[in-house]
Amino acid sequence: MLAKALRKWPYLIIAALLALLILAPFDWFLGQYRTLMIFIGLSTMVTVGLCLLLGYTGQVSLGQAAFYGLGAYFSAVLSKNYYINPWLAMLIAAMATVTFAYVIGYPIFRLRGNYLAMATLGIGIIMWILFRQLSQFTGGPDGMTGIPFLSIGGFAFESSFRRYFLVWGFCLAVLLISQNIVNSRTGRALRAIHGSEAAAESIGINVAQFKVKIFVLSAVFASLAGSLFVHHLRFVSPQPFDFFASVKLVVMAVIGGLASVWGAIFGAGATRILSDELLLRFGEWDVVIYGAILMLVMIFMPEGLFVKLKDIVGQVRSRFERRGAES
Amino acid sequence: MSADQFIQYLVDGLSKGSIYGLVGLGFTIIYAVTRIINFAQGEFVMLAGMLSFLLAITHGLPLPLAAIISILAAAATGGIMYLLAIRTARRASVVSLIIITIGAAIFIRGIAGEQLGKDAIRPPYFTGKEPITFLDANIHPQDLWIIGNTIAVTILIHLFLSRTMIGKALTASAVNPRAESLMGINIKAMALFAFIFAATIGGIGGVVMAPRTMMAYNMGVLVGLKGFIAASIGGFSSPVAAVIGGMILGIVESLAVGVDWGPFTSSYKDVIAISVLLLILLIRSGKLAEEERTG
Repeated sequence: MLAKALRKWPYLIIAALLALLILAPFDWFLGQYRTLMIFIGLSTMVTVGLCLLLGYTGQVSLGQAAFYGLGAYFSAVLSKNYYINPWLAMLIAAMATVTFAYVIGYPIFRLRGNYLAMATLGIGIIMWILFRQLSQFTGGPDGMTGIPFLSIGGFAFESSFRRYFLVWGFCLAVLLISQNIVNSRTGRALRAIHGSEAAAESIGINVAQFKVKIFVLSAVFASLAGSLFVHHLRFVSPQPFDFFASVKLVVMAVIGGLASVWGAIFGAGATRILSDELLLRFGEWDVVIYGAILMLVMIFMPEGLFVKLKDIVGQVRSRFERRGAES
Repeated sequence: MSADQFIQYLVDGLSKGSIYGLVGLGFTIIYAVTRIINFAQGEFVMLAGMLSFLLAITHGLPLPLAAIISILAAAATGGIMYLLAIRTARRASVVSLIIITIGAAIFIRGIAGEQLGKDAIRPPYFTGKEPITFLDANIHPQDLWIIGNTIAVTILIHLFLSRTMIGKALTASAVNPRAESLMGINIKAMALFAFIFAATIGGIGGVVMAPRTMMAYNMGVLVGLKGFIAASIGGFSSPVAAVIGGMILGIVESLAVGVDWGPFTSSYKDVIAISVLLLILLIRSGKLAEEERTG
């Protein structure tokens, strides 16, 4: 009985997760954690992009928070200071981010490994300085408040209950798009690039183009999440987009399993719960714990924590099945 | 910009550049021996700088003693980091190693933030703060300490690498690790030594610079990045080149602050430094790609 249930576990788990996602925001269930769950959704969107880049394609970005910030600031400034419709602002933000990612993507993806990592780190820091310094637009280090809510017709996303479904709707769309990409020709090309760039090149894969494309895609995901972020919080400041934020995204990707789309939810969730809920009670040791997690996971299970756990579940399952077959 | 201002900016740039150079020197040594870019390099500087304040001010130790203990602590941190994090991750990919050293960096930063405090602190000057007048320019005595120290350290390291047995072994392991291990030199010991060596130099830099620039638990990233830029200007080729690279970066930064940029304020100096890095990397990208393939 148990063996049979376990064999079908992917569907069961997906169904259970979906039910959990739909029921979670109600007050009689996990309503008190609604804000936390909204942030998990936003972080998941950014993390998925990073997983595609880092896990599948093997390219490091230590400045991913910059794209999150670009989306956030474009949306905030356009919708608040220039009274542009928030949806349009979101679209403009995404397009601006695409352009930016494209323009920097082509030159910096001529770099590899360590140099690529340093270059993205540098770009992330430059963007963070600009968010702080262009204070006539961004409000400087203090940030800006009074950003409008998103709305459709007369239906405004003014309660966290409504925004929960908005954010998770976007998040699931991003996850499904990523899942499709991973299982497509493009996904196989990316894995080939991860394996050996020379080999990928030799079978006709345009390595540079694929790298830039996936970089741009990850930037768009981050930009959309950034836009949703400011319309949720109605406040923006440079702090969530600093170097440490980019490292935190890497932590999420590493916990989630670098090459695992759905693991991103797990990574973002675990990291958010750790920093927003648990660690607040023990002081700010989260930085130390993130450092330890990064080192331990990369040393002992470089494929990522979530993937490792999945393997263990798989082993347990096959043991059950064998026992079922014997009896 | 008048002549005395120019000298002042020049000294200021050399002083800042000295630290970038020392950090870049650490990057160069570790990279040469292990082909690893140690993203935690700036944390050694921060750690030693903050410790020297804690020991000298909070615990009232004499400054030279506090400085030596802080440098030793940074050195020990470098050694422990290699033994626990780098050596256990054998045959890790470049990406894994990047993430591991970043993990180490924020681990050190987190502990420093919790244990040494989150406020920017400033240990006492080595020899007061009475400016020395030179050609009408007022020069801060700590700047002379910083620059003099860097020159001395660089000369010593150069002599060490070219004249002593262990220094030559270190250089050899950078050139051809396989041949070297056939000659009976322990590569792993060399790697450990490189980490301790780089951490010590970073620590020295931190202790000397802290009184001038102040020190905060979150400074490591930027110091590390600037050090990396210094090493890149030097082409990761030799310790001396890294120090010269650091000096160049420091002067560029300092003069950029001195020039009137109109609407842009001096807070953009980091943007200028990072742009220098991006420029160098892009110009050298062809050669770097080659290096990654063979190295």
